[in-house]
Amino acid sequence: MRRVAIIGAAQTRFEARKASLAYNELVYGVVRELLDRTGISMREIESMVTASQDAYDGKTISGMAINEVVGAYLKSEAKVAADGLQALLYGVARILSGEFDLTLVVAHCKESEGQSSAITSLMFDPFVQRPLGLDELTAAALQARCYCRKRRITSEDMALVAVKAHRQALKNPYAQRAGEFTVEDVLASPLLADPIHELEAAPRSDGACALLLASEERARRLVDRPVCIAGIGNCTDAYWTERDLAEARALQEAARRAYTMAGISDPAREIDVVEISARYAHEELMAIEALGLHASPVELIARDRASFITPSGGPLCGNPPTVSGLVRAVEAYWQLSGEAGARQVEGARVALAHGAGGICGQNQTVVILRRE
Amino acid sequence: MPRRVAIIATGQTKHTARRLDVNIRELITEAVTRALQDADLTMRDIDAVLLGNMEPFEGFLFPELWAVEGWGGYMKPSVKFNTGGTVGTTTAIAAYYYVASGIYDVVMAVGFEKQSEGHTQTAITTVGDPIWERSVMAGAIGNFAVMATTYMHESGVTEEQAAKAAVKARRNACLNEYAHLQMPDITVEDVLRSEVLAYPVKRLDMCPQSDGAVAVIFAEESKAQRLAPRPAWIRAVATAHEQQYMGDSPKRLAEMRSLIAASRRAYQAAGITNPRKELDVAEIYEVASFAELAMYENLGFCDRGEGGKLIDMGVTELTGELPVNPSGGVMSTNPIGATALIRVAEAALQIMGKAGRRQVEGARMALATGYGGNAWTDVMILSQEKP
Amino acid sequence: MSEESPTLRVDFLLDTEYQYAVGQYGTRFFTELRDHARFVGVQCLECGRVYVPPRPVCGICYRELQEWVEVGPGGTIVGWTVVRIPFIDPMTGEQRPVPYGFAIVRLDGASTSLYHFLDETDERKIRVGQRVCAVFREKREGSLRDVLHFRLLEE
Ligand SMILES: [Zn+2]
Repeated sequence: MRRVAIIGAAQTRFEARKASLAYNELVYGVVRELLDRTGISMREIESMVTASQDAYDGKTISGMAINEVVGAYLKSEAKVAADGLQALLYGVARILSGEFDLTLVVAHCKESEGQSSAITSLMFDPFVQRPLGLDELTAAALQARCYCRKRRITSEDMALVAVKAHRQALKNPYAQRAGEFTVEDVLASPLLADPIHELEAAPRSDGACALLLASEERARRLVDRPVCIAGIGNCTDAYWTERDLAEARALQEAARRAYTMAGISDPAREIDVVEISARYAHEELMAIEALGLHASPVELIARDRASFITPSGGPLCGNPPTVSGLVRAVEAYWQLSGEAGARQVEGARVALAHGAGGICGQNQTVVILRRE
Repeated sequence: MPRRVAIIATGQTKHTARRLDVNIRELITEAVTRALQDADLTMRDIDAVLLGNMEPFEGFLFPELWAVEGWGGYMKPSVKFNTGGTVGTTTAIAAYYYVASGIYDVVMAVGFEKQSEGHTQTAITTVGDPIWERSVMAGAIGNFAVMATTYMHESGVTEEQAAKAAVKARRNACLNEYAHLQMPDITVEDVLRSEVLAYPVKRLDMCPQSDGAVAVIFAEESKAQRLAPRPAWIRAVATAHEQQYMGDSPKRLAEMRSLIAASRRAYQAAGITNPRKELDVAEIYEVASFAELAMYENLGFCDRGEGGKLIDMGVTELTGELPVNPSGGVMSTNPIGATALIRVAEAALQIMGKAGRRQVEGARMALATGYGGNAWTDVMILSQEKP
Repeated sequence: MSEESPTLRVDFLLDTEYQYAVGQYGTRFFTELRDHARFVGVQCLECGRVYVPPRPVCGICYRELQEWVEVGPGGTIVGWTVVRIPFIDPMTGEQRPVPYGFAIVRLDGASTSLYHFLDETDERKIRVGQRVCAVFREKREGSLRDVLHFRLLEE
């Protein structure tokens, strides 16, 4: 079977509000940077997959605003209305089909332009849930309660995740929020929805990122040791009120598929760096467990060497919705290509990128990257 | 050489103006159940489900995730697409690539829309760019109307000729048990005398708003051969986009750059040099009567300016040389998230010989298209012969 | 379940606000429109096309656009209609008064076209290729509504 490589990546700095840029300008900036970094001309790229959401962009068919700047004039572009890592999966499928050699994958969101709570409330069952005024945050708080109770996780344990994330983000020039916080600082930040504090929840962000995928043959003409997609897995869980919120079964299943494809039998030992898409602190703990990285995630986070878990700082330090999963792949790629700067995990050869969508992570994606 | 891929089953709901008896979840179940029954499969046989829907029409975010049990997605890979009118073909083309890639062997594509549950004109007007178009837009109808006058000017096509396409659609729909608008007695005069919405577009020139769902199952070669007596093989897929704004296309319907590019790419891949002769049937996304005639020209079924003559000659009637939209097309049925996938399903039914009273005898090569957003196009070609 | 058995419905009114960034290219266009009542476009130095609305890149050449040129205020009708169907204006939430004239207008010097209103509602008096000229509002605020409509010019 053909293999697919990543040959370049770019992202904007994540910011609370990019007031000076329209959507097409935001996305053009990141695509231009990707082309400049890779030296590939848009003429050579015949296939594009984008990820964005109509509800966030306040526009029916959000992709319309950016099709031209992603170079899609008379070319094949498709927009997934799902987490950005899903766009990467479809890009991989397009190359593996044999029809395309290069595929551009782009995700964007300007959360500042809409009203997040009103938007995420649209995910809820209109008959019995929406009238209650639920949004993504309140559902996440309910999940955090279920999970922490089942695993006997304390508020201080959860706060540790936020401490680690913001410390990591000090090394990430694209991060929106970073700092040396203590557990006490985290617990003293405003309580958004018990038990989630402000520093334990992703901030509202604007931003975009892009990746260029190539067939392995094509990638070998550009680099000696390309970063290849070794495994992919996706899985859909039941609707949030129809499953045990303390378990991440869809993530376990998505990981199982990706590991099988990549030939990974002991993820804790074989994976060097992991980028987790945790919009709330408890989600990072759940993911560490579901990905089979450690049976006691709190113990792992509390240790110093946990810096291989989400070295970028992750969504808690900047999280344009929809971009969140794809930028995990951007970071994972930079770790393997040695471009991760101060947050570089030395000698990383195998990386994992995680993405999630829907209420309480109903749809889960795992991608394994490997450098030879 | 990519893996060969075929459509092995389809299922549709009876499309209507308002399905008050079911919610979105239950509506999808009807189509999915029928598709599984069509090939005698269960959800265990399906590796992944791809969904197409335009949720602004229902005021939802991720309606497919709420409706997951309706499409049997529990513990399965899935992804949702949203590309406007093309979303159904976008989903079908993705299903093709996913199977061709070897990642999955059997993929179900699902399209759905309960247009009755939202405000259609608002959702369509917000297609317009908020800064450049929305404040001066005139909804979908006004937008088609300005394109239609350009086309009439360039091609000399008349309102009577366009009305013939509208009549053909609603009469063909009477042969399709799933179609929404079935009007056996409609005449050209009825169309011309219907209310003027925005010159030259009259009420009967336009598509309706429908509630409906469709499911189409794609499989790799060995499974396709085992599971379907006569699979519809995918011979070509193509997508082409326009530029960013509505006013960018120099001649709109009179020169549909994206449809020309996508169809020529697909014809070449399928080895077609004379589409009017080599295609046996076409299911095109015609949105309005004038667009159908323009699409004849841009698809190369006739020369420039001859779209009106083609309908006058009856070439595209069910009994003609190249029947277009035996199903009744978009002018009869339009649940937006499903509409383009219905084109693919109908083209597949023709190849599989399962199109019932609307069957085109001996159909061996079929075309399906999707059209959406800022005038962009998807094309899919199906055939009885393997690629 | 039969059609006769009465089923219930719940109604929601979504009321969510958006604040769209006009961006750098749009801001330049609307500033010229507001302050000087004139139109500008941006030209591709590779193919020569002049883009209105202005944008960061020529999609055909994939070349970044920086060359600003003045266009209009005269133009030509590419396509037109008179809207007679009542519909709710999403910018105001109110019904747009009908009938009104509506057209695709190519401003002189531009390669692409704008959508805008016409000052005429008699279908017999409008045709493709007809010359028009922008009528600007007295008080302008920096949006496409600073153009009141396009006026048909006598032949
Ligand atoms: Zn150019």
